[in-house]
Amino acid sequence: MLEVRSLRAGYGGTEVLRGLDLSVGAGEIVAVLGSNGVGKTTLNKVLSGVLRANEGEIRFDGKTLTGASSADIVEAGLIHVPEGRKIFPNMSVRENLELGSYRRGRERRSANLERVFETFPRLRERSGQAAGTLSGGEQQMLAIGRGMMAEPRLLILDEPSLGLSPLLVEEMFTLIRRLNGEGLPILLVEQNVVQSLECASRAYILENGLFALSGTAEQVRNDPELKRAYLGM
Amino acid sequence: MMYSPAIIAEAVVNGLMTGAVYALIALGLTLVYGVLHIINFAHGALLTAAMFAVWAVYVAFGLDPYLAILPLTPLFFGLGYAVQRFVIGPASHGSDSNILLVTLGLSIAIENALLAGFRSDTRTLNTDYGFQVVELGPLLLSKPRLIGFGAAVLVTVLLWLLLSRTDTGKAIRAVAKEKLGASLVGIDVAHVYAVTFGLGCACLAVAACLLMPTFYVNPRIGQAFVLVAFTIVVLGGMGSIPGALVGGLFIGVVESLCGLFLGDSLGQIGIFLIFILVLLVRPTGLFGAKA
Repeated sequence: MLEVRSLRAGYGGTEVLRGLDLSVGAGEIVAVLGSNGVGKTTLNKVLSGVLRANEGEIRFDGKTLTGASSADIVEAGLIHVPEGRKIFPNMSVRENLELGSYRRGRERRSANLERVFETFPRLRERSGQAAGTLSGGEQQMLAIGRGMMAEPRLLILDEPSLGLSPLLVEEMFTLIRRLNGEGLPILLVEQNVVQSLECASRAYILENGLFALSGTAEQVRNDPELKRAYLGM
Repeated sequence: MMYSPAIIAEAVVNGLMTGAVYALIALGLTLVYGVLHIINFAHGALLTAAMFAVWAVYVAFGLDPYLAILPLTPLFFGLGYAVQRFVIGPASHGSDSNILLVTLGLSIAIENALLAGFRSDTRTLNTDYGFQVVELGPLLLSKPRLIGFGAAVLVTVLLWLLLSRTDTGKAIRAVAKEKLGASLVGIDVAHVYAVTFGLGCACLAVAACLLMPTFYVNPRIGQAFVLVAFTIVVLGGMGSIPGALVGGLFIGVVESLCGLFLGDSLGQIGIFLIFILVLLVRPTGLFGAKA
Protein backbone atom coordinates (compact mmCIF):
# COMPACT_ATOMS: atom_id res chain seq x y z
CA MET A 1 0.00 0.00 0.00
CA LEU A 2 2.79 2.36 0.96
CA GLU A 3 5.90 2.32 -1.20
CA VAL A 4 8.93 4.48 -0.52
CA ARG A 5 11.77 4.49 -3.08
CA SER A 6 15.29 5.90 -2.51
CA LEU A 7 14.06 8.65 -0.24
CA ARG A 8 16.47 11.43 0.67
CA ALA A 9 15.60 14.33 2.96
CA GLY A 10 17.11 16.68 5.51
CA TYR A 11 17.23 20.19 6.89
CA GLY A 12 19.10 22.90 5.03
CA GLY A 13 22.37 21.39 3.86
CA THR A 14 22.28 18.51 6.32
CA GLU A 15 21.03 15.28 4.85
CA VAL A 16 19.34 13.07 7.46
CA LEU A 17 17.73 10.37 5.32
CA ARG A 18 20.22 9.03 2.81
CA GLY A 19 18.21 6.81 0.49
CA LEU A 20 15.49 4.72 2.11
CA ASP A 21 13.38 2.01 0.50
CA LEU A 22 10.40 0.84 2.47
CA SER A 23 7.06 -0.78 1.87
CA VAL A 24 3.98 -1.59 3.90
CA GLY A 25 1.52 -4.09 2.47
CA ALA A 26 -2.19 -4.47 3.17
CA GLY A 27 -2.92 -5.76 6.66
CA GLU A 28 0.71 -5.63 7.82
CA ILE A 29 2.34 -4.19 10.91
CA VAL A 30 5.74 -2.94 9.83
CA ALA A 31 8.16 -1.60 12.41
CA VAL A 32 10.84 1.02 11.82
CA LEU A 33 13.23 0.76 14.73
CA GLY A 34 16.20 2.78 15.80
CA SER A 35 17.58 4.84 18.63
CA ASN A 36 17.47 8.60 19.05
CA GLY A 37 18.71 10.78 16.24
CA VAL A 38 18.86 8.22 13.44
CA GLY A 39 16.13 9.86 11.35
CA LYS A 40 12.88 8.26 12.53
CA THR A 41 11.13 11.58 13.13
CA THR A 42 12.45 13.00 9.87
CA LEU A 43 11.07 9.98 8.01
CA ASN A 44 7.65 10.58 9.58
CA LYS A 45 7.76 14.28 8.78
CA VAL A 46 8.39 13.48 5.13
CA LEU A 47 5.69 10.80 5.01
CA SER A 48 3.12 13.22 6.49
CA GLY A 49 4.05 16.11 4.20
CA VAL A 50 5.44 18.41 6.91
CA LEU A 51 8.90 18.20 5.34
CA ARG A 52 9.68 17.98 1.62
CA ALA A 53 11.80 15.12 0.35
CA ASN A 54 14.92 16.13 -1.59
CA GLU A 55 14.81 13.03 -3.72
CA GLY A 56 12.91 9.79 -4.07
CA GLU A 57 9.32 8.76 -4.43
CA ILE A 58 6.42 8.06 -2.07
CA ARG A 59 3.48 6.11 -3.46
CA PHE A 60 0.36 5.29 -1.51
CA ASP A 61 -2.44 3.17 -2.88
CA GLY A 62 -1.13 3.60 -6.42
CA LYS A 63 -1.03 7.42 -6.15
CA THR A 64 2.18 9.43 -6.01
CA LEU A 65 2.31 11.47 -2.81
CA THR A 66 5.84 12.85 -3.21
CA GLY A 67 5.66 16.57 -2.44
CA ALA A 68 1.94 16.46 -1.56
CA SER A 69 0.65 18.73 1.22
CA SER A 70 -0.29 17.33 4.63
CA ALA A 71 -3.93 18.00 3.80
CA ASP A 72 -3.73 15.90 0.60
CA ILE A 73 -1.95 13.10 2.44
CA VAL A 74 -4.65 13.01 5.13
CA GLU A 75 -7.27 13.12 2.38
CA ALA A 76 -5.70 9.99 0.87
CA GLY A 77 -6.06 8.20 4.23
CA LEU A 78 -2.42 8.08 5.30
CA ILE A 79 -2.85 9.19 8.92
CA HIS A 80 0.05 10.07 11.21
CA VAL A 81 -0.25 9.89 15.00
CA PRO A 82 2.75 12.00 15.96
CA GLU A 83 5.39 11.58 18.59
CA GLY A 84 4.52 13.64 21.66
CA ARG A 85 0.80 13.32 20.77
CA LYS A 86 0.38 16.92 19.53
CA ILE A 87 -3.21 17.03 20.75
CA PHE A 88 -4.99 20.39 21.14
CA PRO A 89 -4.58 21.10 24.87
CA ASN A 90 -6.99 24.06 24.98
CA MET A 91 -9.89 22.09 23.49
CA SER A 92 -12.15 19.42 24.91
CA VAL A 93 -11.54 15.72 24.27
CA ARG A 94 -14.63 15.64 22.05
CA GLU A 95 -13.47 18.64 20.03
CA ASN A 96 -10.07 17.02 19.54
CA LEU A 97 -11.76 13.93 18.16
CA GLU A 98 -14.10 15.95 15.96
CA LEU A 99 -11.11 17.70 14.42
CA GLY A 100 -9.70 14.27 13.57
CA SER A 101 -12.41 14.17 10.90
CA TYR A 102 -11.75 17.72 9.69
CA ARG A 103 -10.40 16.57 6.32
CA ARG A 104 -11.64 13.01 6.02
CA GLY A 105 -14.57 10.97 7.33
CA ARG A 106 -16.67 14.01 8.17
CA GLU A 107 -19.93 12.42 6.94
CA ARG A 108 -19.61 9.55 9.39
CA ARG A 109 -18.31 11.67 12.25
CA SER A 110 -20.87 10.69 14.88
CA ALA A 111 -20.65 6.96 14.09
CA ASN A 112 -16.84 7.08 14.23
CA LEU A 113 -16.95 9.06 17.47
CA GLU A 114 -19.05 6.31 18.98
CA ARG A 115 -16.55 3.71 17.74
CA VAL A 116 -13.61 5.59 19.30
CA PHE A 117 -15.51 5.92 22.58
CA GLU A 118 -16.13 2.17 22.54
CA THR A 119 -12.44 1.49 21.99
CA PHE A 120 -11.44 4.01 24.68
CA PRO A 121 -14.22 4.21 27.30
CA ARG A 122 -11.94 6.50 29.28
CA LEU A 123 -12.22 9.17 26.59
CA ARG A 124 -16.02 9.08 26.79
CA GLU A 125 -15.85 9.71 30.54
CA ARG A 126 -13.61 12.70 29.91
CA SER A 127 -15.19 13.97 26.69
CA GLY A 128 -15.94 17.43 28.09
CA GLN A 129 -12.58 17.88 29.77
CA ALA A 130 -9.77 20.00 28.28
CA ALA A 131 -7.35 17.62 26.58
CA GLY A 132 -4.34 19.28 28.22
CA THR A 133 -5.52 18.04 31.63
CA LEU A 134 -5.43 14.34 30.63
CA SER A 135 -2.69 11.99 31.84
CA GLY A 136 0.05 10.94 29.42
CA GLY A 137 -1.60 7.60 28.68
CA GLU A 138 -4.97 9.20 28.09
CA GLN A 139 -3.40 11.77 25.79
CA GLN A 140 -1.86 8.95 23.77
CA MET A 141 -5.29 7.28 23.52
CA LEU A 142 -6.73 10.61 22.40
CA ALA A 143 -4.05 11.03 19.74
CA ILE A 144 -4.78 7.54 18.37
CA GLY A 145 -8.53 8.13 18.65
CA ARG A 146 -8.14 11.38 16.72
CA GLY A 147 -6.27 9.46 14.03
CA MET A 148 -9.04 6.83 13.86
CA MET A 149 -11.63 9.57 13.32
CA ALA A 150 -10.11 10.13 9.86
CA GLU A 151 -10.88 6.51 8.85
CA PRO A 152 -7.22 5.70 8.16
CA ARG A 153 -6.29 3.38 5.34
CA LEU A 154 -2.82 3.20 6.88
CA LEU A 155 -1.87 4.43 10.33
CA ILE A 156 1.63 5.70 11.17
CA LEU A 157 2.26 5.48 14.90
CA ASP A 158 5.26 7.52 15.98
CA GLU A 159 6.69 6.37 19.34
CA PRO A 160 3.29 5.47 20.83
CA SER A 161 4.91 3.88 23.90
CA LEU A 162 7.14 6.86 24.69
CA GLY A 163 6.74 8.12 28.25
CA LEU A 164 4.19 5.49 29.27
CA SER A 165 4.43 3.21 32.30
CA PRO A 166 5.34 -0.46 31.57
CA LEU A 167 1.73 -1.52 32.14
CA LEU A 168 0.43 1.09 29.69
CA VAL A 169 3.12 0.15 27.16
CA GLU A 170 1.78 -3.41 27.29
CA GLU A 171 -1.76 -2.08 26.78
CA MET A 172 -0.59 0.07 23.87
CA PHE A 173 0.88 -2.91 22.03
CA THR A 174 -2.30 -4.92 22.67
CA LEU A 175 -4.26 -2.06 21.14
CA ILE A 176 -1.95 -1.93 18.11
CA ARG A 177 -2.54 -5.65 17.50
CA ARG A 178 -6.27 -5.16 17.90
CA LEU A 179 -6.44 -2.28 15.41
CA ASN A 180 -4.38 -4.35 12.98
CA GLY A 181 -6.68 -7.32 13.60
CA GLU A 182 -9.51 -5.23 12.19
CA GLY A 183 -7.54 -5.04 8.92
CA LEU A 184 -5.75 -1.73 9.42
CA PRO A 185 -2.14 -1.66 8.15
CA ILE A 186 0.21 0.02 10.62
CA LEU A 187 3.64 1.55 10.28
CA LEU A 188 5.07 1.48 13.77
CA VAL A 189 8.04 3.74 14.42
CA GLU A 190 9.57 2.84 17.77
CA GLN A 191 12.58 2.72 20.02
CA ASN A 192 11.10 -0.20 21.92
CA VAL A 193 12.76 -2.96 19.90
CA VAL A 194 11.64 -6.05 21.84
CA GLN A 195 7.93 -5.37 22.03
CA SER A 196 7.74 -3.91 18.53
CA LEU A 197 9.33 -7.02 17.04
CA GLU A 198 6.79 -9.15 18.90
CA CYS A 199 3.83 -7.59 17.15
CA ALA A 200 5.31 -6.59 13.78
CA SER A 201 5.36 -8.87 10.75
CA ARG A 202 8.38 -7.12 9.20
CA ALA A 203 10.92 -4.63 10.50
CA TYR A 204 13.53 -2.14 9.34
CA ILE A 205 16.43 -1.03 11.51
CA LEU A 206 17.33 2.61 10.86
CA GLU A 207 20.88 3.74 11.54
CA ASN A 208 22.35 7.09 10.46
CA GLY A 209 19.73 7.66 7.79
CA LEU A 210 20.03 4.23 6.19
CA PHE A 211 18.28 0.93 6.80
CA ALA A 212 21.05 -1.19 8.29
CA LEU A 213 18.89 -4.28 8.42
CA SER A 214 15.48 -5.36 7.21
CA GLY A 215 13.41 -8.50 6.94
CA THR A 216 10.71 -10.42 8.71
CA ALA A 217 10.43 -9.79 12.44
CA GLU A 218 11.80 -13.29 12.97
CA GLN A 219 14.92 -12.66 10.86
CA VAL A 220 15.58 -9.30 12.45
CA ARG A 221 15.10 -10.64 15.94
CA ASN A 222 17.65 -13.40 15.36
CA ASP A 223 20.25 -11.21 13.72
CA PRO A 224 23.45 -11.45 15.81
CA GLU A 225 24.38 -7.81 15.15
CA LEU A 226 20.96 -6.59 16.36
CA LYS A 227 21.13 -8.77 19.42
CA ARG A 228 24.47 -7.24 20.28
CA ALA A 229 23.62 -3.60 19.53
CA TYR A 230 20.03 -3.34 20.75
CA LEU A 231 19.40 -6.14 23.13
CA GLY A 232 22.83 -6.33 24.75
CA MET A 233 23.01 -10.10 24.30
CA MET B 1 -16.09 68.00 42.92
CA MET B 2 -19.24 65.90 43.16
CA TYR B 3 -21.76 65.10 40.44
CA SER B 4 -25.33 63.89 40.75
CA PRO B 5 -25.75 60.09 40.46
CA ALA B 6 -27.62 60.56 37.17
CA ILE B 7 -24.64 62.27 35.57
CA ILE B 8 -22.26 59.59 36.81
CA ALA B 9 -24.62 56.86 35.62
CA GLU B 10 -24.76 58.52 32.23
CA ALA B 11 -20.98 58.68 32.08
CA VAL B 12 -20.79 54.97 32.91
CA VAL B 13 -23.32 54.04 30.23
CA ASN B 14 -21.59 56.29 27.72
CA GLY B 15 -18.32 54.61 28.61
CA LEU B 16 -19.85 51.15 28.06
CA MET B 17 -21.09 52.24 24.65
CA THR B 18 -17.69 53.55 23.55
CA GLY B 19 -16.01 50.57 25.17
CA ALA B 20 -17.98 48.08 23.08
CA VAL B 21 -16.54 49.55 19.88
CA TYR B 22 -13.07 49.59 21.45
CA ALA B 23 -13.64 45.94 22.27
CA LEU B 24 -14.43 45.18 18.63
CA ILE B 25 -11.14 46.75 17.52
CA ALA B 26 -9.29 44.89 20.27
CA LEU B 27 -11.01 41.66 19.23
CA GLY B 28 -9.33 41.71 15.83
CA LEU B 29 -5.96 42.42 17.42
CA THR B 30 -6.28 39.72 20.07
CA LEU B 31 -7.55 37.11 17.58
CA VAL B 32 -4.58 37.62 15.28
CA TYR B 33 -2.21 37.57 18.26
CA GLY B 34 -3.80 34.43 19.70
CA VAL B 35 -3.51 32.44 16.47
CA LEU B 36 -0.55 33.86 14.55
CA HIS B 37 1.34 34.89 17.72
CA ILE B 38 2.25 38.25 16.25
CA ILE B 39 1.29 41.82 17.04
CA ASN B 40 -0.28 43.15 13.88
CA PHE B 41 1.20 46.63 13.55
CA ALA B 42 -0.99 47.27 10.50
CA HIS B 43 -4.17 47.04 12.59
CA GLY B 44 -4.48 50.81 13.04
CA ALA B 45 -3.79 51.60 9.41
CA LEU B 46 -6.35 48.99 8.32
CA LEU B 47 -8.92 50.60 10.65
CA THR B 48 -8.17 53.98 9.06
CA ALA B 49 -8.59 52.42 5.63
CA ALA B 50 -11.93 50.93 6.69
CA MET B 51 -13.11 54.30 8.02
CA PHE B 52 -12.16 55.97 4.73
CA ALA B 53 -14.03 53.22 2.91
CA VAL B 54 -17.17 54.01 4.95
CA TRP B 55 -16.73 57.70 4.18
CA ALA B 56 -16.11 57.01 0.48
CA VAL B 57 -19.18 54.82 -0.10
CA TYR B 58 -21.27 57.44 1.72
CA VAL B 59 -19.97 60.31 -0.41
CA ALA B 60 -20.00 58.37 -3.69
CA PHE B 61 -23.23 56.35 -3.39
CA GLY B 62 -24.98 57.90 -0.40
CA LEU B 63 -24.74 54.52 1.33
CA ASP B 64 -25.70 54.72 5.00
CA PRO B 65 -22.78 53.75 7.30
CA TYR B 66 -24.84 51.02 8.99
CA LEU B 67 -25.87 49.54 5.65
CA ALA B 68 -22.23 49.76 4.58
CA ILE B 69 -21.53 46.94 7.07
CA LEU B 70 -23.05 44.52 4.56
CA PRO B 71 -20.61 45.10 1.67
CA LEU B 72 -17.57 46.28 3.67
CA THR B 73 -17.35 43.36 6.13
CA PRO B 74 -16.90 40.69 3.43
CA LEU B 75 -14.71 43.08 1.43
CA PHE B 76 -12.34 43.59 4.35
CA PHE B 77 -12.42 39.89 5.18
CA GLY B 78 -11.26 39.19 1.64
CA LEU B 79 -8.67 41.94 1.81
CA GLY B 80 -7.28 40.63 5.10
CA TYR B 81 -7.24 37.08 3.75
CA ALA B 82 -5.30 38.16 0.66
CA VAL B 83 -2.85 40.33 2.62
CA GLN B 84 -1.94 37.46 4.94
CA ARG B 85 -1.89 34.79 2.25
CA PHE B 86 -0.04 36.66 -0.47
CA VAL B 87 1.95 39.38 1.33
CA ILE B 88 2.65 38.72 5.02
CA GLY B 89 2.88 34.92 4.80
CA PRO B 90 5.26 34.65 1.85
CA ALA B 91 7.33 37.66 3.00
CA SER B 92 7.83 36.32 6.51
CA HIS B 93 9.52 32.99 5.63
CA GLY B 94 8.14 31.59 8.87
CA SER B 95 10.01 33.99 11.15
CA ASP B 96 7.99 36.02 13.67
CA SER B 97 10.35 39.00 13.66
CA ASN B 98 9.94 39.24 9.90
CA ILE B 99 6.16 39.31 10.29
CA LEU B 100 6.42 42.23 12.73
CA LEU B 101 8.49 44.17 10.22
CA VAL B 102 6.19 43.29 7.34
CA THR B 103 3.08 44.47 9.21
CA LEU B 104 4.92 47.63 10.28
CA GLY B 105 5.90 48.29 6.68
CA LEU B 106 2.35 47.60 5.59
CA SER B 107 0.99 50.16 8.06
CA ILE B 108 3.40 52.82 6.76
CA ALA B 109 2.44 52.03 3.17
CA ILE B 110 -1.33 52.13 3.86
CA GLU B 111 -1.15 55.33 5.90
CA ASN B 112 0.89 57.16 3.31
CA ALA B 113 -1.27 55.92 0.46
CA LEU B 114 -4.28 57.35 2.31
CA LEU B 115 -2.39 60.57 2.96
CA ALA B 116 -1.55 60.86 -0.73
CA GLY B 117 -5.10 60.08 -1.78
CA PHE B 118 -7.13 62.03 0.76
CA ARG B 119 -4.66 64.66 2.11
CA SER B 120 -4.44 65.20 5.85
CA ASP B 121 -7.91 66.78 6.11
CA THR B 122 -10.29 65.56 8.77
CA ARG B 123 -13.60 64.38 7.32
CA THR B 124 -16.96 63.63 8.86
CA LEU B 125 -20.27 62.20 7.73
CA ASN B 126 -23.47 64.17 8.23
CA THR B 127 -26.19 61.65 8.89
CA ASP B 128 -29.58 62.89 10.10
CA TYR B 129 -29.37 60.60 13.15
CA GLY B 130 -25.84 61.65 14.13
CA PHE B 131 -27.07 63.79 17.03
CA GLN B 132 -30.29 61.99 17.93
CA VAL B 133 -30.74 60.86 21.51
CA VAL B 134 -32.76 58.11 23.13
CA GLU B 135 -34.36 58.67 26.52
CA LEU B 136 -33.88 55.72 28.83
CA GLY B 137 -35.41 56.56 32.23
CA PRO B 138 -33.39 59.47 33.55
CA LEU B 139 -30.60 58.91 31.00
CA LEU B 140 -30.16 60.62 27.67
CA LEU B 141 -28.20 58.33 25.35
CA SER B 142 -26.76 59.03 21.93
CA LYS B 143 -28.67 56.88 19.43
CA PRO B 144 -25.74 56.04 17.10
CA ARG B 145 -23.61 55.01 20.06
CA LEU B 146 -26.40 52.83 21.40
CA ILE B 147 -26.60 51.12 18.02
CA GLY B 148 -22.81 50.80 18.07
CA PHE B 149 -22.98 49.10 21.45
CA GLY B 150 -25.60 46.58 20.36
CA ALA B 151 -23.85 45.78 17.11
CA ALA B 152 -20.43 45.41 18.72
CA VAL B 153 -21.75 43.00 21.35
CA LEU B 154 -23.61 41.06 18.66
CA VAL B 155 -20.46 40.71 16.54
CA THR B 156 -18.49 39.51 19.58
CA VAL B 157 -21.12 36.87 20.30
CA LEU B 158 -21.17 35.78 16.64
CA LEU B 159 -17.40 35.50 16.59
CA TRP B 160 -17.45 33.47 19.78
CA LEU B 161 -20.07 31.14 18.28
CA LEU B 162 -17.98 30.79 15.13
CA LEU B 163 -14.91 29.83 17.15
CA SER B 164 -16.66 27.40 19.48
CA ARG B 165 -19.27 25.76 17.23
CA THR B 166 -17.99 25.52 13.65
CA ASP B 167 -15.26 23.32 12.20
CA THR B 168 -13.52 26.41 10.84
CA GLY B 169 -13.54 27.96 14.32
CA LYS B 170 -12.25 24.79 15.90
CA ALA B 171 -9.50 24.63 13.28
CA ILE B 172 -8.54 28.21 14.19
CA ARG B 173 -8.32 27.31 17.88
CA ALA B 174 -6.38 24.15 17.06
CA VAL B 175 -3.80 26.04 15.00
CA ALA B 176 -3.47 28.62 17.78
CA LYS B 177 -2.07 26.03 20.20
CA GLU B 178 -0.74 23.14 18.15
CA LYS B 179 0.31 23.90 14.60
CA LEU B 180 1.93 20.54 13.84
CA GLY B 181 -0.99 18.57 15.28
CA ALA B 182 -3.32 20.68 13.15
CA SER B 183 -1.38 19.93 9.95
CA LEU B 184 -1.51 16.24 10.75
CA VAL B 185 -5.32 16.17 10.89
CA GLY B 186 -5.28 17.86 7.48
CA ILE B 187 -5.87 21.47 8.50
CA ASP B 188 -4.28 23.85 5.99
CA VAL B 189 -2.40 26.12 8.40
CA ALA B 190 -1.66 28.87 5.84
CA HIS B 191 -5.38 29.01 5.03
CA VAL B 192 -6.34 29.21 8.71
CA TYR B 193 -3.84 32.03 9.24
CA ALA B 194 -5.36 33.94 6.36
CA VAL B 195 -8.94 33.32 7.57
CA THR B 196 -7.94 34.59 11.01
CA PHE B 197 -6.34 37.71 9.59
CA GLY B 198 -9.45 38.19 7.45
CA LEU B 199 -11.69 37.94 10.53
CA GLY B 200 -9.53 40.55 12.27
CA CYS B 201 -10.01 42.90 9.32
CA ALA B 202 -13.75 42.14 9.18
CA CYS B 203 -14.01 43.25 12.85
CA LEU B 204 -12.31 46.50 11.84
CA ALA B 205 -14.76 47.06 9.00
CA VAL B 206 -17.73 46.67 11.37
CA ALA B 207 -16.05 48.94 13.94
CA ALA B 208 -15.44 51.58 11.25
CA CYS B 209 -19.10 51.52 10.20
CA LEU B 210 -20.19 51.91 13.83
CA LEU B 211 -17.73 54.74 14.50
CA MET B 212 -18.30 56.93 11.47
CA PRO B 213 -21.75 58.34 12.34
CA THR B 214 -20.27 60.03 15.45
CA PHE B 215 -16.58 60.21 14.66
CA TYR B 216 -14.24 61.73 12.08
CA VAL B 217 -11.54 60.25 9.93
CA ASN B 218 -8.08 61.38 8.86
CA PRO B 219 -5.13 59.28 7.68
CA ARG B 220 -3.65 58.90 11.17
CA ILE B 221 -6.81 58.25 13.17
CA GLY B 222 -6.30 54.50 13.52
CA GLN B 223 -3.23 54.83 15.73
CA ALA B 224 -5.17 56.43 18.59
CA PHE B 225 -7.68 53.57 18.60
CA VAL B 226 -5.05 50.86 18.37
CA LEU B 227 -3.16 52.27 21.35
CA VAL B 228 -6.36 51.88 23.39
CA ALA B 229 -7.07 48.49 21.81
CA PHE B 230 -3.62 47.29 22.75
CA THR B 231 -4.25 48.27 26.38
CA ILE B 232 -7.48 46.28 26.25
CA VAL B 233 -5.73 43.22 24.83
CA VAL B 234 -3.13 43.34 27.62
CA LEU B 235 -5.81 43.95 30.25
CA GLY B 236 -8.07 41.15 29.01
CA GLY B 237 -5.22 38.70 28.39
CA MET B 238 -3.41 38.33 25.06
CA GLY B 239 -5.48 36.17 22.74
CA SER B 240 -8.61 36.01 24.91
CA ILE B 241 -11.97 36.87 23.28
CA PRO B 242 -14.01 37.34 26.49
CA GLY B 243 -11.02 39.30 27.80
CA ALA B 244 -11.26 41.69 24.86
CA LEU B 245 -14.97 42.30 25.45
CA VAL B 246 -14.74 42.76 29.23
CA GLY B 247 -11.51 44.76 28.91
CA GLY B 248 -13.02 46.98 26.23
CA LEU B 249 -16.13 47.78 28.27
CA PHE B 250 -14.02 48.44 31.36
CA ILE B 251 -11.58 50.73 29.52
CA GLY B 252 -14.51 52.62 27.99
CA VAL B 253 -15.96 53.29 31.45
CA VAL B 254 -12.57 54.31 32.86
CA GLU B 255 -12.03 56.76 30.02
CA SER B 256 -15.50 58.21 30.42
CA LEU B 257 -15.25 58.65 34.21
CA CYS B 258 -11.75 60.13 33.99
CA GLY B 259 -13.08 62.52 31.39
CA LEU B 260 -15.89 63.52 33.72
CA PHE B 261 -13.72 64.09 36.78
CA LEU B 262 -10.47 65.30 35.23
CA GLY B 263 -11.78 67.03 32.12
CA ASP B 264 -12.21 65.71 28.59
CA SER B 265 -8.63 66.14 27.49
CA LEU B 266 -7.36 63.98 30.37
CA GLY B 267 -9.85 61.15 29.80
CA GLN B 268 -7.21 58.79 28.42
CA ILE B 269 -4.88 59.23 31.38
CA GLY B 270 -6.85 56.59 33.30
CA ILE B 271 -6.41 54.08 30.46
CA PHE B 272 -2.65 54.29 30.60
CA LEU B 273 -2.54 54.23 34.38
CA ILE B 274 -4.45 50.97 34.20
CA PHE B 275 -2.11 49.70 31.52
CA ILE B 276 0.88 50.28 33.82
CA LEU B 277 -0.96 48.77 36.80
CA VAL B 278 -1.88 45.61 34.87
CA LEU B 279 1.69 45.17 33.70
CA LEU B 280 2.90 45.51 37.28
CA VAL B 281 0.29 43.42 39.08
CA ARG B 282 -1.10 40.91 36.60
CA PRO B 283 0.95 40.79 33.39
CA THR B 284 -1.05 37.86 32.00
CA GLY B 285 -4.25 39.95 32.06
CA LEU B 286 -7.70 39.11 33.43
CA PHE B 287 -8.36 36.06 31.22
CA GLY B 288 -4.83 35.33 30.08
CA ALA B 289 -3.25 31.93 30.47
CA LYS B 290 -0.06 31.66 32.48
CA ALA B 291 2.94 31.92 30.21
